[in-house]
Amino acid sequence: MSHEDVLNPKQLPHDPEKATLEGKNKFVGFWFFLGGETVLFACLFGTYLALNRSTSGDNTPEHLFGLELVFIMTMLLLTSSLTSVYAMYHMKNNDFRKMQIWLGITVILGLGFLGFEIYEFVHYIHEYEFTFRSSAFGSAFYTLVGFHGGHVLFGLSWIVALMIRNSKRGINLYNAPKFYIASLYWHFIDVVWVFIFTVVYLMGVV
Amino acid sequence: MANHSNMTQEQNKFVKKQHKEEMKQQVISFALMILFTLIAFGMVLLEIGSVFLVPTLLLLAVIQVLFQLYYFMHMKNKGHDMVAVMMYGGLSVAILTIITFTTIIWW
Repeated sequence: MSHEDVLNPKQLPHDPEKATLEGKNKFVGFWFFLGGETVLFACLFGTYLALNRSTSGDNTPEHLFGLELVFIMTMLLLTSSLTSVYAMYHMKNNDFRKMQIWLGITVILGLGFLGFEIYEFVHYIHEYEFTFRSSAFGSAFYTLVGFHGGHVLFGLSWIVALMIRNSKRGINLYNAPKFYIASLYWHFIDVVWVFIFTVVYLMGVV
Repeated sequence: MANHSNMTQEQNKFVKKQHKEEMKQQVISFALMILFTLIAFGMVLLEIGSVFLVPTLLLLAVIQVLFQLYYFMHMKNKGHDMVAVMMYGGLSVAILTIITFTTIIWW
């Protein structure tokens, strides 16, 4: 059995993402990374919580935030989390076309989220002159939310790259772990967003 | 690998059924997550002026995240012990970090 045959079995095993040693390593290594990401975002959340009352002027959280936009963004990201679950469901059932479609929907929802976030930042900067340099609150806000937005952008590029690179390969034991950890990353982005909309936006206007 | 490729029709059916079952649980957790989000936004929009509002919002967020981790990211499945060690390790450092930042550094 050649290497190529091992990676392309006639029947995919139950957990194709963990069927090879490389897949197992990727899986554990990626969760290790997510543990580290948790600490990274905790630092940004801690900074934000400590500095969000240092507004030096009118641009307070209550004054700036509009919950309608945040609600739409939350729904977009939450739904995109479900669509990537659907993509992984089809991956496990070895249905490549459906997996690509669901990943595509995930990307579109993610782009929608990113578009709203960019609109939000532009709005704050031009309508309220609330920038990174306005106050300690401004710096903490743009660092935390912007870092999350950067993660969204990276996640989208990652998923799109995987979709294009593997478009003619189908699902095999070589790329299944890649798709799987990209979906884990996408879920983690939603995990962080749950705390952002709660701690930054909802607690900000209370 | 060899025994995997020799999976019988019967086993194959069982595996597919398991995937379906898991998918159903994930759709239910999605519905619950939407519900928690609606409750959280609703409580803030209705301007409930209770001291319990912020703790309730945080609790709703924690429950949502647990659904995300255990159902969407499969932490409830077998073979996730090391994963749990890493995530809970990360979370405990995260909580200490937030407590430190909000109490000592910029008090």
